[in-house]
Amino acid sequence: MSARIPLVLLACGSFNPITNQHMRLFELARDHLHQIGQFQVVGGIVSPVSDSYGKQGLVLAKHRIAMARLALQGSDWVAVDDWESQQPDWTETVVTMRYHYGRILKQYQEGTGKDSGPTTNSHHLTSSSPRLKLLCGADFLDTFKVPGLWLDDHVEEVAGHFGLVCVSRGGLEPERAVHESDTLSRHWRNIFLVREWVRNETSATEVRRALRRGLSVKYLLPDSVIKYIHQHNLYTGDSELKNKDVLLRPLTKQTEMPVKTLDD
Amino acid sequence: MEPQDLTKVVLLACGSFNPITNMHLRMFELARDYLEDTGQYIVVRGIISAVGDGYKKKGLIEACHRVDMARLATDTSDWIKVDAWESQQPEWVETAKVMRHHYKELMTAEQNNDYVDTAKKRRLDETKQAFEDPSSYHTRRDNGPQLKLLCGADVLESFGVPNLWKHEDIAEIVGRYGLVCITRNGCDAHKFIHQSEVLWKHRKNIHVVREWVTNEISATHVRRALCRGQTVRYLLPDPVVSYIQEHGLYSAESEQKNADVILAPLQRHTGPSSS
Repeated sequence: MSARIPLVLLACGSFNPITNQHMRLFELARDHLHQIGQFQVVGGIVSPVSDSYGKQGLVLAKHRIAMARLALQGSDWVAVDDWESQQPDWTETVVTMRYHYGRILKQYQEGTGKDSGPTTNSHHLTSSSPRLKLLCGADFLDTFKVPGLWLDDHVEEVAGHFGLVCVSRGGLEPERAVHESDTLSRHWRNIFLVREWVRNETSATEVRRALRRGLSVKYLLPDSVIKYIHQHNLYTGDSELKNKDVLLRPLTKQTEMPVKTLDD
Repeated sequence: MEPQDLTKVVLLACGSFNPITNMHLRMFELARDYLEDTGQYIVVRGIISAVGDGYKKKGLIEACHRVDMARLATDTSDWIKVDAWESQQPEWVETAKVMRHHYKELMTAEQNNDYVDTAKKRRLDETKQAFEDPSSYHTRRDNGPQLKLLCGADVLESFGVPNLWKHEDIAEIVGRYGLVCITRNGCDAHKFIHQSEVLWKHRKNIHVVREWVTNEISATHVRRALCRGQTVRYLLPDPVVSYIQEHGLYSAESEQKNADVILAPLQRHTGPSSS
């Protein structure tokens, strides 16, 4: 029996706020990847986007990080990383992936005898170095189509070099999104589609709406996160207006100064 | 409205809870928000009443486990409680009977609390007496506490399944008590009410609550996932997931329980005379 390839899953997103559904993505992805036999999932990373992303209603990164940390306290394999949120400007997904991949590779190269970092369990049964794949929901695949949001080279790198694990949600059809993109279609072998049959969509947008209206979100997020939200009075009518007239940073940044591809 | 003018409501959810999920718990939260939003009600308690093993539903595991899991799940709630009475009855108990049982308890508790206010006590006595008269679907006067059945749209629509419910039970549940029905699809629920004489008659007692935020987590799907060794984390509270693992519940074998047995209500109600 050939050894499984060790794998770390990276989820980038607003996590505004983190919900049970976000955490479920990791669990579903791990199950699926283990079932198909090729991989051994050794770690999971939640990487909240920085405030410079400019998305409407985005509360401060420090809060989103704190909430994710509380939510993941009960998990022994998924952890929060604040590197992306700490960068001075919005960071392209590929750059975040390259950063984490470099870090994971370095950890691996420094030997399994040492204490592993918070995001990697010991991978005693592996002979190969760990891979990093982007974990996302099906709606994320559709963002590749939005003009100006992604550079073609970056889509190539994310799908081709790294790979995607995409968990389908409700009525969305990830197969169609892959089909409608030449780049994604070319790398279909590197795109793992996971079906969530137990339909439990908890959209963070709806959670914020409920919070604004003073409605309960218990059982959709961990209690510790709900407590934090109330303590800090996050998600009000005002917070939703933040960045209302601001252009999403990727749309402005990438026309100014496109990030180099790996080949350059 | 002054707090004392608000009508007290206790929400009762009957079901298999096989197992309890975050969606069950969320139903209570949604119902409470909705009722209190009308400005007429204050929801003072939620009761989870797991069905007894005598129900004979396929895949229904022992009541003691289902009750224990529900207790673990409601540990962090200050208003939702588990009641084991129904689960402990040797035979299956009709929902209307369960409601009568809890309503009696509610009235007794209320009387014990208000012994000082004699006027109120007299009203409560009258209410209790009227309640004992099976021919009266009295409408509630003043602010006596109300017991309402909390359910999903599937239960509402199950009223249409032949022999599953006695006609007079449905009339009692919606006439005397009231229903709070949580659904993603308001149109179907309203249509169903519209097409049923008894439901239409008591439509003022039926509250249809839209769930906008999340889809149903069907316990059937959860059991399927468990049978296949798939994760159910974050669909149920963590302590419940642990409990299931510790006790090795929900396997292909447990799913076969009662496979050749007829559901208790259908056994009881088939035949021309159903009362």
